[in-house]
Amino acid sequence: MLITAFNWIVNNQPEFLRALGQHLVMSGVSLAFALAIGLPLAVLIINRGGLAFTVINSINALRTIPSLAILAIMMPLLGIGLWPSIVALTVLALPPILLNAFIGLRDVDPDAVEAAIGMGMSRGQVLRKIRIPLAAPAMFAGARTAAVQVLAGATLAPFIGGGGLGDFIAVGISMMDMSRLLVGAVPIAILALATEFTLGLVEKVFFAERTSA
Amino acid sequence: MMQLNWAPKNIPEILAATWQHLVLSVSSVLIGLVIALVLGIICARRPRFYAVVLTITGIIFVIPSLALFALLIPWLGLGTKPALVGLSSYCLLILLRNVVTGLRGVPADVLDAADGMGYSGWQRLVRIELPLALPLIVSGIRIALVTVIGIATVAAFIDGGGLGTIILMGIDQSYTEKILVGGILTALMATFFDLVLSQAEKALVRWR
Repeated sequence: MLITAFNWIVNNQPEFLRALGQHLVMSGVSLAFALAIGLPLAVLIINRGGLAFTVINSINALRTIPSLAILAIMMPLLGIGLWPSIVALTVLALPPILLNAFIGLRDVDPDAVEAAIGMGMSRGQVLRKIRIPLAAPAMFAGARTAAVQVLAGATLAPFIGGGGLGDFIAVGISMMDMSRLLVGAVPIAILALATEFTLGLVEKVFFAERTSA
Repeated sequence: MMQLNWAPKNIPEILAATWQHLVLSVSSVLIGLVIALVLGIICARRPRFYAVVLTITGIIFVIPSLALFALLIPWLGLGTKPALVGLSSYCLLILLRNVVTGLRGVPADVLDAADGMGYSGWQRLVRIELPLALPLIVSGIRIALVTVIGIATVAAFIDGGGLGTIILMGIDQSYTEKILVGGILTALMATFFDLVLSQAEKALVRWR
């Protein structure tokens, strides 16, 4: 079955590569959007208690909604295709990025903050020079979680016409064609594992000394 | 506010899907829990074996749900079977981590005292170690159940039933109300168990 699946990929390279491209573009763009929204938002709310409470609670509520429903609801709102999927995946990626960044910024060693204030830094300076650099590992961890979640969510995009590798799974199930099923499932699994592994490695290389210090 | 047209006339169907969803999620977590307990008890004192099991369960956890279900279909076909297997493999990582952390958190002097009282290994496990690890195990069950309730919606696509069926129906028929009903009920179910089990966790910590 795996061999049939592999042969299908070799014989249908353009179709496979197009789906793979869609999958990667969809995931990458959504992740970029979520980072562009989530990180500044975390910085914005960190010194505003009331606003932080509201944002964090809404994000936690958002997290309980299943990803399939978040994708599905984009259809009546935005129609079908790639863009509605990107919007849905951005919504999916936002909670881990925002929550990790917020907790990272909040739980920065109080001694470091106090020392900075003692040195005469303003609140803005403390944020820029102390909090954000010290919270960087937490922010990266959030992005890593989000990346894996977005790749998983992208698998469901075919339901709303977003394309991607999930298309092969959908076709495989509807035709009960096992090898087609694997054409989608195996690359998706490899992609998710490779992403998790690579980002984990990057995390170790860049942040190991700082987290252990 | 949106007018509800479909839901009031289809209460039995909605209830049946909700019940199916609940049974699917709870049984998956229970199956996962039994496996995680056995593995956890074996792993707690064997760090090397634990590292191997952790890697394997970690790999399963990272594979996107639809892909995992799809990988099971050639062996198990469509329906509840692959859904149960897929969902219970998903919660293994979460449950195992909490079981092992809980068991390892039992203080050494407590274990010594139990040995001194003449407890056998099994007695010590059942009477001392597992009860002391219980709050963390319950916390693992909570996270696993909340996660599985969300992912179980995808099981509808492989004929696993549940609330995902209503969401998929909504997508096929472009019927917003069905998407909302399926999505909101799933979210409510997850929130409900999150609250109840975190209360249980707190009560256990106080009781201990």
